[in-house]
Amino acid sequence: MTKHSEKPTSAEPISADRRSFLKGAAIAGAAVAMPSPNNNEAQAQISAGTRKAAPPPTSELLEHVAVPVGAGHGEGRPGGDFMVDVLRALKIEYVATNPASSCRGLHESINNYAMNKSPELLTVMHEESGAAMAHGYAKVTGKPMACLFHGTVGMQHATMAMYNAWCDRVPMIVMAGNHLDAADRLPGVPTTHAAQDPMAIVRDFTKWDDQPMSLQAFAEAMTRAYQITMTPLQAPVAISIDGHMQDHPIPANAKLRIPKLIMPSVPQGETGAVKDAAKLLVGAQNPVIVVDRAARTHKGQGLIVELAESLNAAVIDQLGRQNFPNRHYLHGEGRVDSLIRDADVIIGLELTDFWGTVNGITDNPEQPQSTRIKEGTKLISITAKDLYIRANYQDFQRFQQVDIPIAADAEATLPSLIEAIRSAMDPAAKARVEKRGELHRKARAAARERMMTAATLAWDASPISTARLSAEIWAAVKDHDWAMVSRDSSLSNWPHRIWNFDKPYQFIGGPGGAGVGYNLPASVGAALAHREHGRLAVNIQNDGDAMFAPGVLWTAMHHKIPLLTVMHNNRAYHQEVMHLQRLASWRGRGADRQWIGTIIDRPAIDFAMLARSMGMSSFGPISNPNELGPVLKRAVAMVKSGEPVLIDAITQPR
Amino acid sequence: MFKTVIHACAAGALLLSVSGAQAQDAAKGREIYVAKGCYSCHGYNGQGGVTGPKLAPDPLAPDAIAAFVRNAGPTRMPQYVEKELSNEEVGHIHAWLASQPKPKNWKDIPLLNQE
Ligand code: HEC
Repeated sequence: MTKHSEKPTSAEPISADRRSFLKGAAIAGAAVAMPSPNNNEAQAQISAGTRKAAPPPTSELLEHVAVPVGAGHGEGRPGGDFMVDVLRALKIEYVATNPASSCRGLHESINNYAMNKSPELLTVMHEESGAAMAHGYAKVTGKPMACLFHGTVGMQHATMAMYNAWCDRVPMIVMAGNHLDAADRLPGVPTTHAAQDPMAIVRDFTKWDDQPMSLQAFAEAMTRAYQITMTPLQAPVAISIDGHMQDHPIPANAKLRIPKLIMPSVPQGETGAVKDAAKLLVGAQNPVIVVDRAARTHKGQGLIVELAESLNAAVIDQLGRQNFPNRHYLHGEGRVDSLIRDADVIIGLELTDFWGTVNGITDNPEQPQSTRIKEGTKLISITAKDLYIRANYQDFQRFQQVDIPIAADAEATLPSLIEAIRSAMDPAAKARVEKRGELHRKARAAARERMMTAATLAWDASPISTARLSAEIWAAVKDHDWAMVSRDSSLSNWPHRIWNFDKPYQFIGGPGGAGVGYNLPASVGAALAHREHGRLAVNIQNDGDAMFAPGVLWTAMHHKIPLLTVMHNNRAYHQEVMHLQRLASWRGRGADRQWIGTIIDRPAIDFAMLARSMGMSSFGPISNPNELGPVLKRAVAMVKSGEPVLIDAITQPR
Repeated sequence: MFKTVIHACAAGALLLSVSGAQAQDAAKGREIYVAKGCYSCHGYNGQGGVTGPKLAPDPLAPDAIAAFVRNAGPTRMPQYVEKELSNEEVGHIHAWLASQPKPKNWKDIPLLNQE
């Protein structure tokens, strides 16, 4: 049996001679172009493989080719090899997979043709983990990871994570194996796992899916899939890959061609509407900017800062992405309610829920609804959500009437909006901008004072307060090039109150669909993306979320993904404790049984032991806050040396 | 608005007379505070968070707490009828909250003054 350490991880070097020979062959005849995204190389072709016809392609691809890619079985190259070429043409770096017979043809080609390099397989222990890893990875890199899942049962596992990615507007390409031809496939399990319409299960929350039945159609479907998943509104796409097509040789005389990937331009707001919006904002006394998934790329934060400063408008960050530096004088933390209440113009950029931003419902028996804005407040929205909407799942939220709805990508629209604001500025508006700046600086300082004072409460308590936990972690990571790969809403947002988030990659938001089980795998995927930059990835991990599919800790070890995980272990599905408490009080029948079905205790889970069972170094459980600092310091040093580490901290509920 | 009334009452007249005779016990108070779920929104030590405001240190007077838990008005705070949470129990909860140490000024805590 091959030991893990003997597993080839990269292509063997090939000699210069062989390299030039292959290059020559490529130029001479049968060749395939592997154009990089957005370049303008000519399209080229690949002919059906025969043993003689030197296979691929461009010099770039040849870097990865360590073995002759002639016949595996039958006459020509297997279809799976060509599929690898397609993945390479799209520059897919990683493919998350849980091994499955319906994907074996492509899996074998990645192992033995690609030599597990470009793309490299990531072994996941649950398809939900694989899709969530792709989710976290995409939010750091801005590009899709591919997933390779078993049809039917594998896709059934993947669905929740794909729904999260859909709600979070994140690109990914999910491939799933299927054997469509009943006369060709094996009986028994492979047939049980085959489907007529394999992607029906995810169609309500993917942007597009396809079932190509030839290699040429696969190349076209994948190129289209890449364009679609990446074009705002970004969302997952799903491609069914036929087992026969993967396993068997490329049909004789197939003239295969991989289309050049040329990305469509991003939809921007219509000029007239953008000018109207600018006019409203410039004329306002108290303009407020609300952002959720506004910073789609790493350029977004800079543009939002420019917009805010051009108006000296406060920014309410709903934390879908790293939108705005949290220590900026215009940051609205700690004064959201008053900012919304006093605003006369509110612009929402890629909001999940505009209705919920300007209205409230109190979750008590009467469920009273109230508006949070004053009469006459004008609303502007820019969102790509208006370009693409599906009917079944209600993630589009309640309808909010908006004065200027702009159906476009917010980030792509910002340059023209900023320009229009500058043009619309008159001396009176400039004076207002100036004055607002002063007021916001003062209000921001006062809010910070309140937040810091609140942080001192229960400072020495055990279980550890979420403020103390956050401050201790900050001390350990702040002098490194760090990035948070989890969200902090269940920590009362203490990291966003205490840490200094100012780099575009330092925060990636949350699950989108609030599907629990997202965070642990997404943090591993995000950490993988940070690895090549040498960044210290930090995950503050809820205990309930971790237990959905803890096997991803093994994936982090197996693939040597450095990641600091600190458990926020409050030993409960805590959100639900609060819900039940409210329900019990509505119904007036018992205030003290809300732990039933909600606590994760008796026995308490030993997360340090769980991590160790998968080879991961770990510390804890730690419930004394004074013990945290030294342990964090050691753990950070270990992560910096290249390994994932877990600390189990026993914490207050929120 | 409603809250303002409660706070005003706390300052003046005794509403429900819960701060009466029995010795209030902080340890017992913590037990009740946890068993009745107060900790889930206000934290084990009454420090508060995004889900509920701070209750300690310096809690409202026992009468005012009782008045609030009986009828918190149109808020997310659950209502606890006397059958669920007696005035005596509120008194113990008050003792638990009052026993919380006063925090330092944040400017004297180095971890809260990091750049
Ligand atoms: C489900 C969450 C939840 C639970 C459980 C809960 N509270 Fe509250 N509590 C709140 C919220 C939210 C408020 C703020 C209400 C408002 O004014 O909007 C609040 C406010 C209060 C206040 C008023 C604080 C002030 O200074 O104005 C007191 C006192 C209080 N709670 C005591 C308790 C006690 C005692 C318990 C347990 C018996 C308890 N609460 C359980 C959510 C909760």
